[in-house]
Amino acid sequence: MGDVKSARTRREFLAAAAAGTAVLTIAPGSVFADASHVAAEIEKAFTGKKLIEGKIKLDLPSIAENGLVVPLNFEVESPMTEKDYVKSVRLYAEGNPGPGLAEYHFSPMSPKAAAQIRIRLAKTQNIVAVAEMSNGEIYTAKKEVKVTIGGCGG
Amino acid sequence: MTTPTPRVRMPATAKANEVVEVKTLISHEMESGNRKDKDGKAIPRKIIKQFVAKFDGKEILKADWHPAISANPYQSFFVRVPASGTFTFEWTDDDGSVYKAEQKVTVG
Repeated sequence: MGDVKSARTRREFLAAAAAGTAVLTIAPGSVFADASHVAAEIEKAFTGKKLIEGKIKLDLPSIAENGLVVPLNFEVESPMTEKDYVKSVRLYAEGNPGPGLAEYHFSPMSPKAAAQIRIRLAKTQNIVAVAEMSNGEIYTAKKEVKVTIGGCGG
Repeated sequence: MTTPTPRVRMPATAKANEVVEVKTLISHEMESGNRKDKDGKAIPRKIIKQFVAKFDGKEILKADWHPAISANPYQSFFVRVPASGTFTFEWTDDDGSVYKAEQKVTVG
């Protein structure tokens, strides 16, 4: 009798697990972005511009246990005055269904080119930040995040 | 779906030209458009695509969000308080709805 009972429990468990998977599976045909997609997006936004490493402090956990909620913190070095400020900060992910995360547009009204947000990461991947300064210079930074359980329905 | 509720936390008083941190949160499922329901049909995308912060009508910062922003989007950022006035915060949904919050700040 014990065997029958445990078999049913196992069957129920498997059914529940299968149902859960069905709800969470990513639509077939949706392709994950990779580094080349991110590079293409950056090229589209800043055609022909030279990307300089530095000036951006990009803060993310090295290991994210839950890919659904990963804190992301950035700050770009700048005096933020009328003459010298950060115009925008674009954030990209190299291994999500889409390459874009967010774009922040600043002005001399913003005292700091900084923000903290929470993002979804489907798997272990690099996060790329690109900052456009008011003088036309483009700075970039990159950080790898190891994801234990993926977000984005993975 | 329940109506998204924006929440803003920032000081109500400040010194002139003081830089203060603003923390915002809005309840929203941020449906990515990548998921399928249990019958295998794609669940349509519905996210908050834009956030704007203003002081007395002048834009301070604008953010465009992609589906990779977590559900119930939280963010924090910094503003300068030039004088007594009103900060307004607006979240724009994919369906065109705009959710608003405001905070009066007194310089004393």
